[in-house]
Amino acid sequence: MADSNGEMNSRRRFLVLTTSVAGGVAAVAVATPFMLYMMPSERAKAAGAPVEVDISKLEPGMLLMVEWRGKVVWVLKRTQEMLENLKKLNDVLADPTSEKNQQPPYAQNETRSIKPEILVVVGVCTHLGCSPVYRKDIAPADLGPDWLGGFFCPCHGSKFDLAGRVYKNVPAPTNLVVPPHVYLSENRLLIGSESKESV
Amino acid sequence: MRLIKFLLFFISLAPTFVFASTDITLDKAPIDTSDDASLQRGAQSFVNYCLTCHGASYMRYNRHQDIGLSNQEISERLILTGQKVGDVMFTSMKKSEAEEWFGVAPPDLSVIARSRGADWLYTYLRSFYRDESSSSGWNNLIFDKVAMPHVLYQLQGLQTLNVKSQDGSEVKELNLSVPGLLSKEEYDNFAADLVNYIVYLGEPHANYRKKLGAFVLIFLLGMLGLTYLLKREYWRDVH
Amino acid sequence: MSKQENSFMGWIDERFPMTATWRAHLSEYYAPKNFNFWYYFGSLAMLVLVNQLITGIFLTMSYKPDASLAFASVEYIMRDVNFGWLIRYMHSTGASMFFVVVYLHMFRGMMYGSYRKPRELLWLIGMAIFFVLMSLAFTGYILPWGQMSYWGAQVIVSMFGAIPYIGDTLSNWILGDFMLSDAALNRFFAYHVVTLPLLIIVLVFVHIIALHEVGSNNPDGIEIKANKDPKTGIPVDGIPFHPYYSVKDIVGIVAFLIVFTGIIFFVPEMGGYFLEHNNFIPANTLQTPDHIAPVWYFTPYYSMLRAVTVNFLGVDAKLWGVILMAGSVIIFCFLPWLDRSPVKSIRYKGPIFKFALALFVISFLVLGWLGTKAPTPLYTLLAQIFTVIYFAFFILMPLYSKIDKTKPEPKRVTK
Repeated sequence: MADSNGEMNSRRRFLVLTTSVAGGVAAVAVATPFMLYMMPSERAKAAGAPVEVDISKLEPGMLLMVEWRGKVVWVLKRTQEMLENLKKLNDVLADPTSEKNQQPPYAQNETRSIKPEILVVVGVCTHLGCSPVYRKDIAPADLGPDWLGGFFCPCHGSKFDLAGRVYKNVPAPTNLVVPPHVYLSENRLLIGSESKESV
Repeated sequence: MRLIKFLLFFISLAPTFVFASTDITLDKAPIDTSDDASLQRGAQSFVNYCLTCHGASYMRYNRHQDIGLSNQEISERLILTGQKVGDVMFTSMKKSEAEEWFGVAPPDLSVIARSRGADWLYTYLRSFYRDESSSSGWNNLIFDKVAMPHVLYQLQGLQTLNVKSQDGSEVKELNLSVPGLLSKEEYDNFAADLVNYIVYLGEPHANYRKKLGAFVLIFLLGMLGLTYLLKREYWRDVH
Repeated sequence: MSKQENSFMGWIDERFPMTATWRAHLSEYYAPKNFNFWYYFGSLAMLVLVNQLITGIFLTMSYKPDASLAFASVEYIMRDVNFGWLIRYMHSTGASMFFVVVYLHMFRGMMYGSYRKPRELLWLIGMAIFFVLMSLAFTGYILPWGQMSYWGAQVIVSMFGAIPYIGDTLSNWILGDFMLSDAALNRFFAYHVVTLPLLIIVLVFVHIIALHEVGSNNPDGIEIKANKDPKTGIPVDGIPFHPYYSVKDIVGIVAFLIVFTGIIFFVPEMGGYFLEHNNFIPANTLQTPDHIAPVWYFTPYYSMLRAVTVNFLGVDAKLWGVILMAGSVIIFCFLPWLDRSPVKSIRYKGPIFKFALALFVISFLVLGWLGTKAPTPLYTLLAQIFTVIYFAFFILMPLYSKIDKTKPEPKRVTK
């Protein structure tokens, strides 16, 4: 008799170990498809596909709302005056140079955009997900004399400028998110993708 | 053990109880779902000829990446309706219109190969014949009074039915009375590509499934050896 | 075991009988050491049950129990959901394999007399599991809402209509409508994913508790508890379930998985037996397919349903068919009291029992095969003959098991 009931010799220990490791590998391999099952399906991906927008008819100062993945994306054509005003706000903004990773690298600049006048930004407040209101009026009564135009969130009072940069001392912690986007041509904007391949 | 042997013996006799079927024999479809070129030709024929009336509403266009097409090629070659590559292959025909024209709505073809089988489809596509008595002017050897007209007749040509009496039983035969744009061999290849594609359409992941299955089986065979050694090691205790 | 572990387990054990449960059911549950091939199927049935529960939960995430959406949602799972095809095939193949292992498990019990005293209740609990399993299979098969789902369910539900006086009201109550429709699909979904799984889990638990109370039978059909070591009180022919049978069952599980995954990955339709061809056509309430047959595991009973073609004793053929079909399953419950043989196992039973059991298995297989075929006069005659043999096996058992020439049982288990 090699061993009494259940005693471990080295061969037995080795076999238990290797079987356990192989069993563990099998368990992970089986779990993988189950976990992937819960990722967005092809239908969801098709519904969340990039959206093409024609901006040829967008007037300066006009805001276009586009739905992408169930969220509103703003496309704003800024006037020259609006762009000038952006530079005056650095002191009152929390992250004026867009250090935090809220935009693709190609939008990490003064205007947070590819083309200076066109802002593309997800219209969802970074605080608790309300959609802020576009307020281009200068120094209105409710927002005070220093307001140079921007986005105001009615839920909890967060303020953003016309580049989607967040003000200091408001509930929202970060700038508005710039989604991936690319210009297919002069006036054809694709939101949700960085590649020009047709979709 | 003797009981099991007896049972096995009996099971081996079972085929002798099976009687020959009286159905028309189907031609074997010469298909290979790993042949991307054939699938691409089939896909092209499918969107050109079938998709006008039949939908494939569970299939997304971008799925054709399986058969070696890029999204660019898919939207240029397969999408004739201005849809996006992420969309499913709807037909442009309305159901109510179809019912008016054909009496029944053409079935969705997404899983038709899984209910009919490749051989049936291959035979079906090649067995249309002219029949003035039917409302569409066409009939089919394996689908009597089929509502579908022979949309491929320009390619195949016009077949007529000859019923001969042979050894006391009726033999039905089709003869090509007006040749089409394709020769018989070309048309058979055309039908084979199309059926190949429809089989792929029924289960687009089938090739991947078999590939994955091979890995799983190899792993399990290794596991079998390992667990057997473990069992034998423990069972040395048992006398 | 280190001290820390000891104190941790001690803490648990004061509050929950963890160690005691482990001992009672695994490390100190003594099973006969002579289990053979046929003893794998109990643990395999558990494995398939777990497979069905897990894959089933995932399928409910994407399935829609709505007559207008069900068929499409299954194809959605097959194509659009990541690895949906794999999980669906695991579930559909699992359904058939559940019956394969359960039939073999039951055959094992019949061969070795596992239903005999003191295991009568264990057998009855097992039969209850089998009934729930059949209900699960039936309700699950409806869900894809293909032609076979629809017309199969139609046939089964019509059977209830055969019951005199209350039949029509009963079938309306089952369907929640005057025909098979969305209402039935919706409620069968509820049974399939909630009621019946809960029931089967509870019954399997009770089955195991009952088994561990009376102890496992073995191929010799003798009680190992009758021969205990006087010092330790452990049966001399018993070995602890863990580790010996746990390592052995793992080998069986891996071997089973080779077959199981082989089907899933290479022949998921199993030639139309596991997934029927006509079920890839969406349910059409106006057109019955040319040929309908239930899934293979129900075909023996289906054959018996069709076998009765004449009215007799003032009861019409349809009702007789239903009675026979129900009876063919229920009759298994009486086995513990039908078998009057002095020995349990086929190893020591006489030639008559062996012949009777072989004939029974043959009739079960032939009836199963006939059930997949369209009825012809010859097939109906065959079905009638084998139905008689099937029932004769049970009804004549008290007689032939008593007069059969048996061999003496050994004192200890043999190899």
